[in-house]
Amino acid sequence: MANYGTNEFKGGLKIMLDGDPHSIVSNEFVKPGKGQAFTRTKVRNLKTGRVVERTFKSGDSVEPADVMDTSMQFLYGDGERWHFMDPETFEQLEADVTAVGDARLWLLDGSTCEVTLYNGQPLAVTPPNFVEMTITETDPGLRGDTATGGTKPAHMESGAVVKVPLFIEEGEKIRIDTRTGEYVSRVK
Amino acid sequence: MAKLRADVRAWMALGKVLEIVTPVMSTAAPGELHLHSYATSTDGEMRYLQTSPEFPMKRFLAAEAVDCYQLAPVFRAHERGRLHNPEFTLLEWYRVGADLASLMSDVENLLKTLWSHNDKILPSMPRLQCIDLVEAELGKGSCATRRERPFLDVTQVQAHFESHGRSFPESIGDDADAAFDLLMDEFVLPALPSACPVFIQGWPPSQAALARITCDERGHEVAERFEVYLGTLELGNGYHELTDAVEQRRRFEIDVDRRRRLGMDCPPIDERVLASLEAGLPDCAGVAVGLERLAMAMLDAARIDEVMAFPVERA
Repeated sequence: MANYGTNEFKGGLKIMLDGDPHSIVSNEFVKPGKGQAFTRTKVRNLKTGRVVERTFKSGDSVEPADVMDTSMQFLYGDGERWHFMDPETFEQLEADVTAVGDARLWLLDGSTCEVTLYNGQPLAVTPPNFVEMTITETDPGLRGDTATGGTKPAHMESGAVVKVPLFIEEGEKIRIDTRTGEYVSRVK
Repeated sequence: MAKLRADVRAWMALGKVLEIVTPVMSTAAPGELHLHSYATSTDGEMRYLQTSPEFPMKRFLAAEAVDCYQLAPVFRAHERGRLHNPEFTLLEWYRVGADLASLMSDVENLLKTLWSHNDKILPSMPRLQCIDLVEAELGKGSCATRRERPFLDVTQVQAHFESHGRSFPESIGDDADAAFDLLMDEFVLPALPSACPVFIQGWPPSQAALARITCDERGHEVAERFEVYLGTLELGNGYHELTDAVEQRRRFEIDVDRRRRLGMDCPPIDERVLASLEAGLPDCAGVAVGLERLAMAMLDAARIDEVMAFPVERA
């Protein structure tokens, strides 16, 4: 794939910088009336998650990063490797603990996730925004117990621990916002 | 914007500055490295859209020697961003017999008038020196005193960036002008007061293709040029115009040579403006103000799009 020139920079563009894949967060065109033009960018390192600033001279070019987001189905995990399948090609890929990250708390067999592939291998996994899961273990809520602010910890079938209202019982299914890890509602 | 144009015209009329209209298209274009002209080829003839009305206005001055101005549509390719649109308006005017100091007073007078029409009071505008601003960042003695030497030491600028954790593109190489431009944008301009516009004088000789070069009181060779800034927003650029035809041709040829060596397209040199200089350009000083930038300053706009009817993507 041909290199990108600074005039092609935009949010979301995937580029190689210092050997790592990055995504452009934002870019700004800078030019004094009679002088050299520059492009100031904020870029996120897709391996480390860190955002840094980088300034380019107008006309500089960067190598594109072979990074793409694709929907994959979670098959199973063994605690070290998490296995995903492309629902169209049936191709299977495995992600390690770094790539799966916090998503591992919200994966249920069969759930569909966004997997970011770098050179064809999983770099990051994004679970769906909301998941519905069963509580495997939680204390029965005692009426009038407000010492903990009206919530109690509940262990989920995925291994995650979520704070839930006291009236929620073990075995119930609840809806969780994976972006915050918070209880949203009961599922009927 | 409409009110701004009307206010400008009224001020010019009071100052007895004649409004002129000159062609927007020309068979020639400036050779400056960082200006990219739109070219149009129709019926086998190549014409360039103006990046500024400077050349035809100087030809007019050589013929008529009267104070004149223009609200000119100008076009600069590859310039698009929060503060840039490839098509914009330059308010450009020339005062015969003026020097830089009197032209700055003129600009201050115009801004004071415009500000008052918007119920604002313009504070008195400081005259800052480029060298002072740069040396406040890099240390005393960082700026060259002779035009033949690069204005700044690129490695010193790079070290300054790195010690402040700021990104400095390797591709700048040994280009002192590019290093200077980035230093200004990254450090100097953000440190300027943003409540009122300022003048910055005493620019590097390498950055003023059409201005005279002089020696300031401290013995630094500088271009007779000033810039008007409101914080980091560049409003305008003024010169004590170069009238020496031989020197102007020499500078044009250096620019074209640089473009050629970089593999850039080389539009023809404007022989007609050189002929005017040979015939005699009166001693004059001229200034170009970005009209949209002026509107942005007065309205506190964050983007140039806010003061344009149709930015380039919708033109």
